[in-house]
Amino acid sequence: MDFRAMAAALAATVALPFGLANATDLEVTHWWTSGGEAAAVAELAKAFDATGNKWIDGAIAGAGSTARPIMISRITGGDPMGATQFNHGRQAEELVQEGLMRDLTEVAEKGKWKEVIRPISLLNSCTIDGKIYCAPINIHSWQWLWLSNDAFKAAGVPVPKNWNEFVAAAPALQKAGIQPLALGGQPWQANGLFDTLTISIGGKELYEKVYKDKDEEVAAGPEMAKIFAAADQARQMAKGSNVQDWNQATNMVITGKAGGQIMGDWAQGEFQVAGKTAGTDYSCLPGLGLNQYLTTGGDAFYFPVLKDEAKSKAQDILAETIVDPKVQVAFNLKKGSVPIRGDVDIAAANDCMKKGLDIIAKGNIVTSTDQLLSQDTQKQKEDLMSEFFASASITPEDAQKRFADIIGSAD
Amino acid sequence: MANISTLNTTVAGIDAVSSRLASGPRGRKPRRVLSRRNVMLYGTLIVAALYYLLPLYVMVVTSLKGMPEIRLGNIFSPPLEITFEPWVKAWAEACTGLNCDGLSRGFWNSVRILVPSVVVSIAVASVSGYALANWRFKGAELFFSILIVGAFIPYQVMIYPIVIVLREMGIYGTLTGLVVVHTIFGMPILTLLFRNYFASLPVELFKAARIDGAGFWQIYFRIMLPMSLPIFVVAMILQVTGIWNDFLFGVVFTRPDTYPMTVQLNNIVNSVQGVKEYNVNMAATLLTGAVPLIVYFISGRLFVRGIAAGAVKG
Amino acid sequence: MVKQAAAGRPNHLFRNLNSKIASIPMILVASVIFLGGTLWTVIYSFTNSRLLPRLNFVGLDQYERLWASSRWIISIQNLAIYGILSLIFSLVIGFVLAALMDQKIRFENTFRTIFLYPFALSFIVTGLVWQWVLNPEFGIQSVVRSLGWTGFSFDPLYDPDIVIYGILIAALWQGTGLVMCLMLAGLRGIDEDIWKAARVDGIPMWKTYLLIVIPMMRPVFITTLVIIASGIVKVYDLVVAQTSGGPGNASEVPAKYVYDYMFQAQNLGQGFAASTMMLLTVAIIIVPWAYLEFGGRKRG
Repeated sequence: MDFRAMAAALAATVALPFGLANATDLEVTHWWTSGGEAAAVAELAKAFDATGNKWIDGAIAGAGSTARPIMISRITGGDPMGATQFNHGRQAEELVQEGLMRDLTEVAEKGKWKEVIRPISLLNSCTIDGKIYCAPINIHSWQWLWLSNDAFKAAGVPVPKNWNEFVAAAPALQKAGIQPLALGGQPWQANGLFDTLTISIGGKELYEKVYKDKDEEVAAGPEMAKIFAAADQARQMAKGSNVQDWNQATNMVITGKAGGQIMGDWAQGEFQVAGKTAGTDYSCLPGLGLNQYLTTGGDAFYFPVLKDEAKSKAQDILAETIVDPKVQVAFNLKKGSVPIRGDVDIAAANDCMKKGLDIIAKGNIVTSTDQLLSQDTQKQKEDLMSEFFASASITPEDAQKRFADIIGSAD
Repeated sequence: MANISTLNTTVAGIDAVSSRLASGPRGRKPRRVLSRRNVMLYGTLIVAALYYLLPLYVMVVTSLKGMPEIRLGNIFSPPLEITFEPWVKAWAEACTGLNCDGLSRGFWNSVRILVPSVVVSIAVASVSGYALANWRFKGAELFFSILIVGAFIPYQVMIYPIVIVLREMGIYGTLTGLVVVHTIFGMPILTLLFRNYFASLPVELFKAARIDGAGFWQIYFRIMLPMSLPIFVVAMILQVTGIWNDFLFGVVFTRPDTYPMTVQLNNIVNSVQGVKEYNVNMAATLLTGAVPLIVYFISGRLFVRGIAAGAVKG
Repeated sequence: MVKQAAAGRPNHLFRNLNSKIASIPMILVASVIFLGGTLWTVIYSFTNSRLLPRLNFVGLDQYERLWASSRWIISIQNLAIYGILSLIFSLVIGFVLAALMDQKIRFENTFRTIFLYPFALSFIVTGLVWQWVLNPEFGIQSVVRSLGWTGFSFDPLYDPDIVIYGILIAALWQGTGLVMCLMLAGLRGIDEDIWKAARVDGIPMWKTYLLIVIPMMRPVFITTLVIIASGIVKVYDLVVAQTSGGPGNASEVPAKYVYDYMFQAQNLGQGFAASTMMLLTVAIIIVPWAYLEFGGRKRG
């Protein structure tokens, strides 16, 4: 540190003809603030600092509702940061169209991103008018059913192998005084659960027809009605969860108070911290044990256009660093997510994570709804799903009608 | 001083009433600790106090437990094993992103934001209130009415226009900009408070000063200001609470180096994915609330006397 | 000033000049920020602005969508219930506590700090604590049940029909301390002679409060009313921290609709349309009242 500062001071006073040892400060904003997330960021920052630049950390917790509006205000206010995290998808679309984001196409070509990044849909959602504007960093998937082995032992039924067995085991769980399905009250959780049911029960074709092609007829049709019937079952199984945060719901599974929870792969961290082992204490079923499809959500970095030449160079270096194989392994191990490159190997991954890696390696992936739908449509869906899951007064038929309307006007 | 005499007569009145109420066979005693009135009075107060204290109790107890004990889920039970680790962690060790120095990191930043924001917002609002109360001009009330309506606008809606205004003024992202923002949003309530206060002061004083030839600023500094110190304390308490707890403006209008403490609090408490350390959350909240709490306690007496002197006598 | 006033018409503009200069910040804030900012949001509420404000006018589309949204309708109903109850209870509890505190009690400073402390704590976490306390599994309900009343049921946060009252419990906890302080101050400002006169006439204490003291405290009530009412209209954190608007959308409020659609849904037009409706309602109530209250009366 001191050496670099000294070198920078020297460079400034002596004014070396070449910009060697010229440490550039780059402010990076993100919402990774929990323990594991912070450790992952530290890996990234370390790698960036090693390139002779300096990572100025701007962590703001609270993702979409808190951090994102702040980041966007900064960028539109004309005082942008050096780089910022967004989710894969369309959150920064308009900022790019306004010309506020830096074009990374050169960096991408140099690093052969098109060949190494897997699945390619991640890079596609960074691409607007043929130019690349963001560097993907990790993959998270939603389609996981987490089960408490203890709960099923207490109920005297075997641990289910898939969603249907789980539904069948629900009465036994209830008889034993165990909540079958844990579901937190925040709207995004009900929405994620529903999307998971769509892909895992309905399959890829249905999922893509509804969310990619936005086919209102299919959304109102009999295939989708099956999903709503399943959602109705899930609603009954989740009745009485009485928690808000997703990790409070996960905690119910950890303590055996609930049979299972549908939640993204980040839930695994909670089991690990509680000292539970996959297989013996809990089970994980990707794709709900029905079909092996995972969506590939996650995070990407965007780089606002800066006037400062040195900072722009540092931005390119950070983009390179993010996609670097070594950084990918170090970062994702700490974060508990999957790397965005097909050519790296995570030997240290645990059983559940390996299952996920296998599925992704096989190419059984679909694009996440965050990438397919606008935030506006997602929010309308969230409103509908949270209402549906909370009150039995909406029939699956009514909910489907409203769902079809949303899809019909979706963009 | 008037307050104390008011208080005494009030008490005398109550004594008279209560002695009538409690005129039992025991006759007069110097102190009847368990009179019916006292039981009712203190009983009600204590029940109310329990309602207010219950969450505080849960917070303190939780902040002294380890995470395994919290996972057991009995929120009311006292800690089996008291640990101050969460407090240390919240203040000095909790990581928010890369920086692992807890709340202490933002403490001085918060102070640096707090002091000028409180001073400027109160100075501006008190002068506006004074002008409205004593030097009315045509149209002033119209702007004041707009201001009062402004008190009802959710802050979030105003972020975009304010960002644009500050950007045009060239003070976006500076401490000056943040002070301006706090002054703007403190203005409606504070101006109302000051206006009503100054209007309630004896008008004769003001008239006498004007006949003596004193002008706008002279009367403000020589007469109004010395007579209204208590209302300044009231305003200070409102502003200290509001600005100290502000998160949104603090983070939109500053840089990471100057983030206020509430950004760290939010980061510790509000992580979406990842493990939640409830004990550290509780300790962090109690620590963050300490500054306004100290201000309440120190200025408690003045607070009440200030308003009594006419703040809300309008 | 007096001289200038005597000089009359010619320097109309310069009359009261210092006061006008001193009011410049207020005039600027009122006109540029509050009026200008409001007009800005109203204009953009007629556009289809998404993440960034853009002037693509779409007429009343945003308003049509707004009023077709069941969430918005529920938000308004909730605000009406919550607003009325919160206003009444804040005033009543605040006043009763203040009246009790005014009985020359011991430990007044301690009691006052106890009632006021929730005002100082960030609601992100205190909301979580209320979530716990009101949770049927491990909160008050389970404690009372474990004491023997097994039929006891108290589940305000997870029952859509009564969730708004659960929010109210926490809201009163947070806000009544400040109301109490304002009221207490008002009580202490009442002239001692009033109490003497009431006593001489043999008027009971409760009647003195109701018929004499409260009418005298009108200005206190007005200041308090503005503070409480503006808090009610803007209520957001309280709901987010406790229920996120749930179960379902049973505890949604308008400010949360505005915020969610502006930022989470990245649909500025929709958010602005909602905030315009809120502001319109407030303005219809406040403007005539404020004008009468602050504009009509002459000083002194």
